[in-house]
Amino acid sequence: MGKRHPLILLTAAFGYAILYVPIFIMMIYSFNASRLVTVWGGWSTRWYGELFQNGQIGDAAWVSLVVAFGAAVVGTVFGTLIGYALARIGRFRGRLLLSGMATAPIVMPEVVTGLSLLLLFISMENLIGWPAGRGLTTVIIAHGTFCMAYVAVIIQGRLSDFDTSIEEAAMDLGARQPWIFFQVTLPVIMPAIIAGWLLSFTLSFDDLVIASFVNGPGSSTLPMVIFSKVRLGLTPEINALATIMVAVVAVGVIGANLLARRQVKTQKRLQKS
Amino acid sequence: MSGPKTDFLSKLGSRLVIGLPMFWLLLFFLVPFLVVLQVSLADLRLAQPPFTPIFEWLDGIPSYVGDLENYEFLFSDDLYIRSYLNSVKIAFISSLACLIVGYPIAYVIARADDALRNTLLLLVILPFWTSSLLRIYALIGMYSPTGFINSWLISFGLISEPIQLMQTDFAVYSGIVITYLPLMVLPLYAALQKLDEDLLEASADLGAGPLKTFWQVTLPLSLPGILAGCLLVFIPAVGEYIIPALLGGSGQLMIGKTLWTEFFNNRDWPLASAVAMVMLAVLVIPMMLLRNAQSQEGRS
Repeated sequence: MGKRHPLILLTAAFGYAILYVPIFIMMIYSFNASRLVTVWGGWSTRWYGELFQNGQIGDAAWVSLVVAFGAAVVGTVFGTLIGYALARIGRFRGRLLLSGMATAPIVMPEVVTGLSLLLLFISMENLIGWPAGRGLTTVIIAHGTFCMAYVAVIIQGRLSDFDTSIEEAAMDLGARQPWIFFQVTLPVIMPAIIAGWLLSFTLSFDDLVIASFVNGPGSSTLPMVIFSKVRLGLTPEINALATIMVAVVAVGVIGANLLARRQVKTQKRLQKS
Repeated sequence: MSGPKTDFLSKLGSRLVIGLPMFWLLLFFLVPFLVVLQVSLADLRLAQPPFTPIFEWLDGIPSYVGDLENYEFLFSDDLYIRSYLNSVKIAFISSLACLIVGYPIAYVIARADDALRNTLLLLVILPFWTSSLLRIYALIGMYSPTGFINSWLISFGLISEPIQLMQTDFAVYSGIVITYLPLMVLPLYAALQKLDEDLLEASADLGAGPLKTFWQVTLPLSLPGILAGCLLVFIPAVGEYIIPALLGGSGQLMIGKTLWTEFFNNRDWPLASAVAMVMLAVLVIPMMLLRNAQSQEGRS
């Protein structure tokens, strides 16, 4: 098939369409005046108003923000350590174990991760009395654990992209660890760390299955509330909520991409001059 | 320059860099599986926690009192065997569907010029950053009996009664495809991008038609990407819960849903643990294949 065979372009366009058409229709219908989700009754922002007065959704959104923030911090700190260890500390005992444990959470079925962590928390509580009950802490630990796997992959990739010569130069000039790490390595991998933190935040904010297992009563996360509402059918408030969430993510991702592109262009221009 | 003091510091540093995450992952990733194994060997009881210990003090010595009853039950009741088989079938068909939808996308991205490539790639990655629950929710809006597809088909006069789209296998397949499509496209794109255009030209110069070039050059060289992409879709799809729970019918058995029901509805934790252990056993080979495929890609 040629470079731009119409059949290939058509099937690719179909692929993009199935990713985006349902979401676009949902976003348009969030501005629907009618209570019936699929019957168009004119433009209105009524459901956004009702959404902001819904205390249950507001509380759950706050819980999710706190959990996602905590999980992203845990995931980023430990994930950076793992990525650094695997990319920079050549051979060490337990390397295979660490790299295996660091990547396995990504492909582990969520129901298995959730069940196993819940059983661990209950066993630990019986043995040492911590964690007492389940709630924010246990969800942050559970989310942080799978987030660090993603961060480790990102950091390891970034570190293996740039060679060790800058760090060696710093060492030749008399610098020692951990100063080399903080003053040379860290600034170079900072964009990757920020990307890892943001990805962790989103993954934690969106997780339903693991949170359902390890959460306690009274601290439902936003996906848990959405899921219980969706099971009962479509509601216009969820359309409004989904529109806001998708819009925030889209603005963030596209903005970050434009920023990164501009940086690359400036770098290229600097290299030319 | 490197006095004993700085050496000590840097050694301590690398110990901490390795030790801290190692400790965390051992405690919160590896040990939990041992706990699941332990609970799967225990029996159900009406107490807190709702399972018996598998070690007891008998005559002053700790003795193993666990048994394989839960596993025997799993293999004697065909509900569970059918759940496993059906999950593997659904995950397999969904992976193929993902490949068919994803390959043209990856191909177009890999052959696009720089500016367009970046945008097309971004459009594939963007859904991965949005909540999969909300994307499934949006799909329900398309498929439900009063949903957009049915109301459009009726308003165009193509059908008179709504067709059943929800609670079908088709709904679950399409749910898995829209959720995991980015995971399929990215490894395919990586493999196709590495493909040397000179090879395609050489193939054309030697008289092969475009279709033959595709079958004999492009497709075989992108096989590592195909394998990685299919496994990245297949593995999570086998244990998927949200998609069959929201889009599938009540009679449709998938193992993630069965585990969830045993745990939350029947509160049979030992049986749920046994279901999880067998699910891991089913997934061990695909997981090892994936690790192999990824480390090969890393080397080349």
